[in-house]
Amino acid sequence: MNIIATQALTKTYGGGVTALSDLTVQVEPGVIGLVGANGAGKSTFIKIMLGLIAPTAGSVRVFDIDPVTDTDKVRARVGYMPENDCLPPDVSAAEFVTHLGRMSGLPRTAARERASETLRHVGLYEERYRQIGGYSTGMKQRVKLAQALVHDPDLLLLDEPTNGLDPGGRDAMLALIHRIGTEFGISVVVCSHLLGEVERICDSLIAIQGGRLLRADRISSMTTASDLLAVEVSEGTDQLAARLAELGLTVTRDDRLLLVAMDSEDAHDRILRAVTDLELNLHRLDQRRHRVAELFTAKETADV
Amino acid sequence: MSETGVIHDIGYQRYTGPRLGRGAGIGALYVHGLRAAFGLGRSAKAKIFPWLVAGIALLVAVIIAAIKSQFPEITFSYVDLDNQLSFMIIFFSAILAPTLVSRDLRSNTLPLYFSRPLRAADYVAAKFLAMVTAVWLLLGVPQFIMFLGAAFTTKTGMKGVWHEVQDLVPAWGYSLLWALLFAGIGLLIASLTGKQAFAAGGIVAVFLMTTPVVAVLAQLPSSAANHMAGLASPITLINGVGSYLLGSKIGLDIGRYGPIFVIEAFCLIAACLLLLLARYRKVSAL
Repeated sequence: MNIIATQALTKTYGGGVTALSDLTVQVEPGVIGLVGANGAGKSTFIKIMLGLIAPTAGSVRVFDIDPVTDTDKVRARVGYMPENDCLPPDVSAAEFVTHLGRMSGLPRTAARERASETLRHVGLYEERYRQIGGYSTGMKQRVKLAQALVHDPDLLLLDEPTNGLDPGGRDAMLALIHRIGTEFGISVVVCSHLLGEVERICDSLIAIQGGRLLRADRISSMTTASDLLAVEVSEGTDQLAARLAELGLTVTRDDRLLLVAMDSEDAHDRILRAVTDLELNLHRLDQRRHRVAELFTAKETADV
Repeated sequence: MSETGVIHDIGYQRYTGPRLGRGAGIGALYVHGLRAAFGLGRSAKAKIFPWLVAGIALLVAVIIAAIKSQFPEITFSYVDLDNQLSFMIIFFSAILAPTLVSRDLRSNTLPLYFSRPLRAADYVAAKFLAMVTAVWLLLGVPQFIMFLGAAFTTKTGMKGVWHEVQDLVPAWGYSLLWALLFAGIGLLIASLTGKQAFAAGGIVAVFLMTTPVVAVLAQLPSSAANHMAGLASPITLINGVGSYLLGSKIGLDIGRYGPIFVIEAFCLIAACLLLLLARYRKVSAL
């Protein structure tokens, strides 16, 4: 079942700025990375899903509910963590998260229990009675995540959750998001402009650029389809490259390495045969997984 | 054999209890605002001012009740109490309105509210009602204390008590009018800025800077201008409405322009609420 489905979703702001253009995408449960440069339309997409702004054209359904008409039903099942700082400095995290739990319709005692439980899950238990103003950036991000979780949503929308964190804090936040997606059974959409960061924890990726869909797929199908073989020989690299090209393999030169696209099962054998035929010393022959980033750059240049 | 003394992480538990929806959220926001008005659930510093104002109002009421019981010929009505406390209400509103709305703007908390079932209108309604209640309590409770003083010392038995009730209830209505107008104007000004000091200054300015205008208009050689001078400032506007509806003379002489005062007061409150709503419609879409 799809958790999010859009059909030709378009959003044009007054003044003719197109934030989203003809976006059609289906999203399955799991951890989903929504990547794109700043201004690519990620935040607009999230706001439309929350029913904060209405699309200009096209349709969107979250859990098969229309956020434009049934806003309350969608918001009851979705938790949102904004990109910017949004916490008051002069209240404690426990109090603040409890208050927002009540805003989501939880009864008083349930809100208090859920608040301390979610704060414990995000790793703020001892500190939860301290005022938020004294927290570090990492702790504030955790409070923002806890308030999105407090009403036990089925889907989390996280806008740049690693913003402003140091490398250690980034890793901890990403690990936490991964745990929420896998152990808590809550689907997560993670917005980021850093592809390398989200690809580590996501099941699938949606890449948008200038409001248009670049690519949407499961990570697994993105990487296996385009595995590479890296070949290194002591000398005669050019000779080998020419021979492999003759054999109909796609070869790219990367310094002393030859990268061969593994387009068929016997590519491995054909390379080995070519090396022995030319009587070259083989230093290494190994399989390389494409980083997802390379896929997008290749696609983008192809589009141009 | 089970290990004892080990705390097991039972993992994430899904919430299966009741979800109360939008109405409960509005109710919770209203109670939260009302508590914040008197500093409850906030720091000790935030409690000082509201309780100082409330304390003075109560003290005034107790003193008046005591004096009236000793010297029945003194005519200090329930309505007079509101007018005597007008400066206190101005300062109370100037602190309260920014506490209710400017803090949310300052710390950018609104996206967290509006990504929940709450709408802009719900937020405005909850904050407005919280402030109306707080200001009304500030006036209504001292009035009630005056009533208790009068009721227990009356010399005409139940008839005297009933007479006091007939005085108290319209005075409560008059206090409500104060609360509505102060809440409307105060929240509207406070919703424009995230800086609490600016908002407080703006509110005091609107209430105090308009009084000289009234004084000038009242000096003009036209009787129509004199009678309508009160329209220029919120406090004299309320006085005018009170004079007309309660039939007693409060402040300026309004002549036969009473209905105009009522219409302006109504329009002013309605306009403040509509502007607040428009303001939050815009903010909630961001």
